[in-house]
Amino acid sequence: MSALLQVENLETAYGASQVLFGLDLSIRAGEVATLLGRNGMGKTTTVRSIMGLTPARSGVIRFRGERIERERPDRIARCGIALVPEGRQIFPNLSVRENLVAFAENRSATRDPWTLAKVLAFFPGLAARMDNLGGRLSGGEQQMVAIGRALMTNPHLLILDEATEGLAPLVREEIWKCLATLKAAGQTILVIDKYVERLVAIADHHTVLSRGRVAWRGSSAELGADRSLWHRYLGV
Amino acid sequence: MGRAAPWIVLALALTFPLAMQAEHQTYYLSFASRIFIYALAATSLNLILGYGGMISFGHAAFVGTGAYVSSILLSEGVASAWIGWPAAVAASSLAALVIGAVSLRTRGVYFIMITLAFAQMVFFLVNSMKAYGGDEGLSLRERASLGLGVDLGSDFAFYYAALAALAAGLYGLHRLAHSRFGRVIQAIRENEERAEAIGFPVYRCKLVCFVIAGAAGGLAGALLASHGKYVNPNVLHWTQSGTLMMMVIMGGAGRLWGGVIGAAALLGLEDLIANHRVDWLAAIFPNYQQHASLGVGTVLLAIVLFAPQGIAGMLARKKHA
Repeated sequence: MSALLQVENLETAYGASQVLFGLDLSIRAGEVATLLGRNGMGKTTTVRSIMGLTPARSGVIRFRGERIERERPDRIARCGIALVPEGRQIFPNLSVRENLVAFAENRSATRDPWTLAKVLAFFPGLAARMDNLGGRLSGGEQQMVAIGRALMTNPHLLILDEATEGLAPLVREEIWKCLATLKAAGQTILVIDKYVERLVAIADHHTVLSRGRVAWRGSSAELGADRSLWHRYLGV
Repeated sequence: MGRAAPWIVLALALTFPLAMQAEHQTYYLSFASRIFIYALAATSLNLILGYGGMISFGHAAFVGTGAYVSSILLSEGVASAWIGWPAAVAASSLAALVIGAVSLRTRGVYFIMITLAFAQMVFFLVNSMKAYGGDEGLSLRERASLGLGVDLGSDFAFYYAALAALAAGLYGLHRLAHSRFGRVIQAIRENEERAEAIGFPVYRCKLVCFVIAGAAGGLAGALLASHGKYVNPNVLHWTQSGTLMMMVIMGGAGRLWGGVIGAAALLGLEDLIANHRVDWLAAIFPNYQQHASLGVGTVLLAIVLFAPQGIAGMLARKKHA
């Protein structure tokens, strides 16, 4: 099966400061992949380059066979990539309903699209908060809105950047359960997170970054078996 | 405002001329029309400033373009409002398209400065149009004609025309703010990058919003010119943009009634200070009525300090408290 997302030799810089050095990444439809690494290794920059928010200096990014590395962020999103960004970044002065509904689209032309009712069934806690402003929600609720907002675009690929960061353990568990459900439903997901044990349980394969380069790549079985990798590259 | 409040306001506005006619107070009929026109202009600015987060310091360019286009047509013998006002709207929309296309590529203070610069360019352009009065302005023999048996020359009929235009503007803003496009505009105001990453063309959305605001500003300009049967370049001056901005901030940026409340408060306050002498105040400050702007400035300062969401925001907070 050809890759849904194919990143080849990606190089990205912030001005004179180069962050990514020839990064390769490949995700097939239906897979859950992770990007791992310590802070400052280039995980978020990789995602920002895929989304066009920090344009790549060189390299090729193919999504569903089309090159997207020179496209504008809105066009890339419309191709069917949805990012749940670090820090959630929901719109604080829009209500929960507005945050979810305003951006609803069936970008993957699926026959069973995500709707408001489906999102509320997925995150039942949001139902009572529909008319609350986004900024008035707890961190966990904001994360649910951020994921729900991304799902409402019915993406081919869902990217979660530090989705569980700063959340209470119980809420974090909720998010992991949601990801497992999404995976079971066939959603392709790229996850950046630091809870390696959880990621090993949920993901198919992993890419570990170190100083902007791919330091290791392998399956969950391989990563789970080699604890020295955790210590060397992830500081666990 | 509650659900009933707009209807109560509308009912009061509809019956106000009858009361004024009974009292032979035509001045207040004309004054109210002026408030409606400025309220429409402020509401159009509120769309981009309050809802869209675009701090435009050049909105007078669109109001002024509308005023001049309709006035020039009137002076050339095109008296029909059905031609003059749409032409004013079209010209202001075009001006907004051109100014917005360039200005919206900038952000923050640069956006403020470039919109201000464009407005001043239009101001000096109009100043140089000697055929249409130059810096002395253009006097009109009559107001635009609406036909249909309505004589806009009477303050009574003009009042209702201005009220209808404002009501249409408010309804349009309400529908727009609650539409998908309106949500996207508000999302762009809150986090431009995020809105773009979700898949919305930020620049295009902002430009459409800018043009809609310019169009409504143009209609306000056409009404303003007809109202006073006179237009001069000051309608395009940057201070006029500042006045509209003050109205929006006083009334409540990003709130439906913000422009209306702001226009009524600011013009009402100016009128109150200038035309209604308070003896005890005059005893302390003998010439205070000649310095109405000082009073307005003090009130604006108080609002910014104590009600940063404007009068509409303060009222909404009290209602929810």
